[in-house]
Amino acid sequence: MLEITNLHATVGGPDNPTPILKGLTLHVPAGEIHAIMGPNGAGKSTLANVLGGKPGYDVTEGSVTFNGQDLLALEPHERAAAGLFLGFQYPVEIPGVSNVQFLREALNAQRKARGEAPLSGGEFLKLAKDKAALLQMDMDMLKRQVNVGFSGGEKKRAEMVQMGILDPAFAVLDETDSGLDIDALRIVGAGINAIMRAPDKAVLLITHYQRLLDVVKPDKVSVLAGGRIVETGGPELALRLEAEGYDAVMADG
Amino acid sequence: MAEAATLTLPTRRDEAWRYADMDGVARLGVAALDQWQAIDVPAGDSVTRCLIVGSGQPELRRFRVTLGEGARAAFFVTNAGQDYTRVEVEVRLARGAHFEFGGVTIGGGDATREFVTKVVHGEPEATSNQTVRAVHWNTGTGNFLGEIKVARHAQKTDAAQDFKALLLETGASANAVPQLEIFADDVKCAHGATVGELDEAARFYMMARGLDPATAQRLLVQAFLGDAFVALDDADEHARLLDAALSALEGARL
Repeated sequence: MLEITNLHATVGGPDNPTPILKGLTLHVPAGEIHAIMGPNGAGKSTLANVLGGKPGYDVTEGSVTFNGQDLLALEPHERAAAGLFLGFQYPVEIPGVSNVQFLREALNAQRKARGEAPLSGGEFLKLAKDKAALLQMDMDMLKRQVNVGFSGGEKKRAEMVQMGILDPAFAVLDETDSGLDIDALRIVGAGINAIMRAPDKAVLLITHYQRLLDVVKPDKVSVLAGGRIVETGGPELALRLEAEGYDAVMADG
Repeated sequence: MAEAATLTLPTRRDEAWRYADMDGVARLGVAALDQWQAIDVPAGDSVTRCLIVGSGQPELRRFRVTLGEGARAAFFVTNAGQDYTRVEVEVRLARGAHFEFGGVTIGGGDATREFVTKVVHGEPEATSNQTVRAVHWNTGTGNFLGEIKVARHAQKTDAAQDFKALLLETGASANAVPQLEIFADDVKCAHGATVGELDEAARFYMMARGLDPATAQRLLVQAFLGDAFVALDDADEHARLLDAALSALEGARL
């Protein structure tokens, strides 16, 4: 489903490029939830941003193929329409735009790009209500401005409601668990399972902690360090990292 | 002949014409400068004017508003001229009157669009609120020159003025000239002005959810303009003014 091959990426623009990803290779097939863990500065958020197409990140070498398509050739909105969802580590506040208006326009833009008919206002509200309920979010919050006045945890929960509404084929979730208390973590984890656990879907789950993985239960865990995947294993790898730390696990090879 | 002498073109040395397009003023001609529209609102009455101004020619609209005790006047204006376009409102408020002004200047090219207001609080307990939003690109310009005068005995005056500009590219400009002249001591007068660029983080966030760049920009501009018309309750007029502004946005740099 997603094939990343020898990916090199820099930040800082062409005049002052700083290499962050240095030959990252990773294959995430359909049906897989793949957790990425790694120390600070390893390139985890850069990977998420490069996959999402954020301006300011330059791919200097390598390729990313999504369902056979060259992902890197697509604009961010085209990636979304192709079925990619980027869950933000820091969701952005948009004063003056309501969640309902934003998400309805976003969903209908994606549907249009895929040649599907737009949802009516009523159909959209029903869908939004269902997904908000799944994440135990009050529908009133969806009528408010995008992320404005939301706590850190509410923003992350709202991200998952967005994911539920947009129903992507592939989700890249960048530290979706940061800022969540224990109850919210369970709700968000269960939401990820409900929305994305399917044979034709897959998830790249970037996280620092085992806690979310207790709920989501990844099929694979990879360690990202120094801009490359240095080790891949099953769920037990995350447990070892939690117990022993990155240095010890990486020293073992 | 003496009459003709009073009708001369203003110059940039006149404070209220400091950022005007003097070539546009010349093309308007002296006759246009003499066209004032008077609006008298009797005590307790209320008027609302919703205007869309601007075309391919220079335009000037001048209003003199006199508000009786407790009267209310509200002006909402979309100024989307492709040539020099100026809207002027002079207001005199009696005791307890209220003046509301919501204005949008929007456009590219090299045109100057401006609002010039003079709000005279001559009596106590009157209020005024002015909100102007400017969105420009190419080498377009948006100006707001707002003068507020509070007389010595006009206690409990509450006057506010707020200007925000969004410049979509280098070369576009905005000028805010608040002029407050306050002789009373128990008054509230607030003014603020900011100039900024489109929020790139918000734009990327929207694109990551599937909105194309033009739609993302339109939504962000719509949100930015919203404050100017927030006091306009008539939903149809609200939509008409906003649509006029957003349709001017088509063709703007992304």
